[in-house]
Amino acid sequence: MILVWMIVILLIGGLLCWLTARANEHAAKWVALVTMLIDAALICGVCFTQRVSSINTWIVDIKTQWIPAYGIGFHLAMDGLSMVMLLLTFFLGTLAVLCSWNEIKQRTGFYYFNLLCTLAGIAGVFVAMDLFLFYFFWEVMLVPMYFLIAIWGDTNRRYAAYKFFIFTQAGGLLMLIAILSLYFIHAAQSGVYSYDYFDLLNTTLQPSAARWIMMGFLVAFVIKLPMVPLHNWLPDAHSEAPTAGSLILAGLLLKTGAYGIMRFVLPLFPQAAEAIAWWAMLLAVIGIVYGAMLAFAQTDIKRLIAYTSVSHMGFVLLGIFSFNAVAMQGVVMQMITHGISTGALFVLAGMLKERLHTRDIESMGGLWSSLPAMGAVGMLFTMASLGLPMLGNFIAEFLVLMGAFTANVPLTVIATFGLVFSAIYSLRFVQKVFLGPSTFQKPLPDFSAREFVMMAALSIAIVWLGVYPQPVLDMVQHAVQAVVTK
Amino acid sequence: MDSLQLQALLPFIVLASASVVIILLIAARQSHTVIQITGFLMMCLVVLAMWYVRDVLPRAIMPLLVVDGMAAVFTGLIVFCVLIIGLFSFIYFEEREENPKEYYILIFLGTLGAAVLTISRHFISVFIGLELLSISLYALIAYLRNRNNAVEAGMKYLVLAAMSSAFLLFGMALIYMDTGSMDFDGIAKQLQTQGHSPALFVTGIGLMMVAVCFKLALVPFHLWAADVYQGAPVPVTNFIATVSKIGVFAVLVRFAQAVQLQSYHFAVIIISFVAIVSMVGGNLLAIKQQNIKRLLAYSSIAHLGYLLVAFLPGNAAGIEAGMFYLFAYSITLLAAFGIVTMLSGRQADADQLEAYRGLYWRNPLMGAILTVALLSLAGIPLTAGFIGKFAVLNAGVQQQLWLPVIVLVITSVIGLYYYLRIISTLFAETQVIFPKEKSLHPLFVAGTYGALLVLLILLLGAGIFPSAVIDGIKNFLCQGFRIINF
Repeated sequence: MILVWMIVILLIGGLLCWLTARANEHAAKWVALVTMLIDAALICGVCFTQRVSSINTWIVDIKTQWIPAYGIGFHLAMDGLSMVMLLLTFFLGTLAVLCSWNEIKQRTGFYYFNLLCTLAGIAGVFVAMDLFLFYFFWEVMLVPMYFLIAIWGDTNRRYAAYKFFIFTQAGGLLMLIAILSLYFIHAAQSGVYSYDYFDLLNTTLQPSAARWIMMGFLVAFVIKLPMVPLHNWLPDAHSEAPTAGSLILAGLLLKTGAYGIMRFVLPLFPQAAEAIAWWAMLLAVIGIVYGAMLAFAQTDIKRLIAYTSVSHMGFVLLGIFSFNAVAMQGVVMQMITHGISTGALFVLAGMLKERLHTRDIESMGGLWSSLPAMGAVGMLFTMASLGLPMLGNFIAEFLVLMGAFTANVPLTVIATFGLVFSAIYSLRFVQKVFLGPSTFQKPLPDFSAREFVMMAALSIAIVWLGVYPQPVLDMVQHAVQAVVTK
Repeated sequence: MDSLQLQALLPFIVLASASVVIILLIAARQSHTVIQITGFLMMCLVVLAMWYVRDVLPRAIMPLLVVDGMAAVFTGLIVFCVLIIGLFSFIYFEEREENPKEYYILIFLGTLGAAVLTISRHFISVFIGLELLSISLYALIAYLRNRNNAVEAGMKYLVLAAMSSAFLLFGMALIYMDTGSMDFDGIAKQLQTQGHSPALFVTGIGLMMVAVCFKLALVPFHLWAADVYQGAPVPVTNFIATVSKIGVFAVLVRFAQAVQLQSYHFAVIIISFVAIVSMVGGNLLAIKQQNIKRLLAYSSIAHLGYLLVAFLPGNAAGIEAGMFYLFAYSITLLAAFGIVTMLSGRQADADQLEAYRGLYWRNPLMGAILTVALLSLAGIPLTAGFIGKFAVLNAGVQQQLWLPVIVLVITSVIGLYYYLRIISTLFAETQVIFPKEKSLHPLFVAGTYGALLVLLILLLGAGIFPSAVIDGIKNFLCQGFRIINF
């Protein structure tokens, strides 16, 4: 039941925020924080008490009927992969609440309601083992995210919100058709009408059918990921969203795409996935290089970080379609470390915006002297993002490249150049923002206690993952093995 | 006619007597309030009567009518819609200059027409029902005769509906000429013995389809929809959008079931074509609308197109999906138009999008209800509209109707844009203070809010726990299918 509780607590917390804000604007954020902490405590409790082993891959498993007329069940289950993603979700979720603390002054109740509902949807996506339920959560996280962008976003927020919603919805509906086709093919073979993941795994598909159905799934996931030709909702949504929105988008929403490919596309359609692997890796490499080049050209700090996401998620796609355990481990690491490092950069950008009221890096400069602590943290996370050893992203990218090298040498070589590009844009970022002549004469406040706690948590996490990633690798090992052996 | 047959007709007799009772009340110079309450009670009585006679069903009243499970579902839905529309009518007409009393006679006559359609099994009763519905609508649309738009809309509907009736009659005549029978079963029997589809029958079906498409406002017979929706008083618009469409769809389903319409290749092609152009046309035309009534008119064109996709398979799953879709669509539109009614002032309807700017911040409840209704129209999870769309896709994919299904998906992504446009208007910043000019009977304001809340609960309830509704429809349909055998 613990998974149900996790989601229900988020929803109840959201409703409470909405209601309490009518009495007191400040109450909402405390309710939201307490909700997130309860959920974080729950998942940590599971993490410490339950051990994933090769016999017991699925730690928690709840299964009941939901809409029996269509064979739809309510099936939540958690393995190592889901657990890691949930840990990330609640960690970043707590930070999202904290970083909205002073930023959101209007309509706080509705804001935290939407924030917690988005997180509930994301948590649901990571544990739903019924394809209908998965689709349901997949869509549920969209609407509140849309509101976060459209109501509390920046000047161009409506455009960004439409674009975000329409792109993801288009992919989602194609996935729905694919799910339905799979469902009917499975029903025709076995006579059992079921959307359950474990039932559908036993479906044998004609190659042509498998190809089409897989494309339906894949389009939805690579839009979210995003893969290069379908990435262009991302810079708008990231740059216009409020800080917490960007944090959740970059840290969690993008990961649902990668998670979906690992959980559904590879196990359900192994042959079809292998057939398109070369193309997927090619697009991944194009994404790595192209994202890095665009990041270099940006002057808007949030757009810059957004394009680095495109580049980093290229590594994820590259690793997934290498089909080996090392790369897959790297992919999971990349998902986590990218969530943390990019999330941290977005939070930093939000803090800078709070102080300077601009996102334009041309008008920043020399901030290190007035904001030394922030400068140091900024340096740390740009280093993480460019893949400096000792920091988590290095482990991730190294594993991905090592795995991909066995699958496709030329593409991996090009992808490795992506690391060089990332060094260029990262250094430009640090140079423009923190170094150089100071343009701001007014004294600026450095970290407050709240901001310090947030940044300390993120810094510890990224260093820890860089120095001692073994616990994470252990946790996902069986899940990864299961995906690869298929 | 035996007593059981009379009993089966009891709900319809009560419905017919409702108009008579209202006429008598008007003759006795009763007030609007009394008429409204009596009308409400009469509709409740119809529901009670339906519950009372449930064991008598299914029962055929030869040769014109048949009261079975399907009729019960459709009639129940119609009566439910009229109950709600009646409630909304009070606050709408109470503050208009025109005498609102005769309005109720017409509404109940129109309802009777739609209800007769649901139980027709003969061309004569179809025609009577349709004319009863249309003639009430002519007057209802132009009811606020001091408004320019209203008279124009009434004239437009009169001319076009009369022409479509002519088409219908001509089609019926041709089919009668070919088969020598006017009741559905007789036609079906004759067709079976003939064993092929002769030109007269095909032409007759084609002509009848013109009339049906006109009534359902499907492209290319949709030209009246936007003007009529805009010109008619809001409750009447609501009536056209829900009740009249349910009635016509019911008769279409029954006729198609009897003659196995979907087994004729030409019919499938015609219906697919109409469905596709309606989905595309409706959604594209709605994009630019600034008037919410016109926008909903175009959106309902698209929705009837979706409904036809469920109608195409012609099997039990398709009919169930269609019924659920109609249910979801009706409660959604009731809620949406309910809000429009609530906001409409003495001088004009609240049909400009500007009137909705920041509605959520001015009146959170109304804003939330309209938001949920729009999300339901867009087919987003947690709402009834999503399950409806899912059921339709389910039916379509099962029969591998790829083209209509793909068009449905693409057009609903297009549709998303204009629903989001309204939603973001609802949540936009607003400076305008709208004066409160209403001083209505608090009982009715409370009643209206109550009705809106019920609709909200239904919308969300059917979206989260649709089993109850689906099973209900299935049970009723089982009764309905039994009739074919006796």
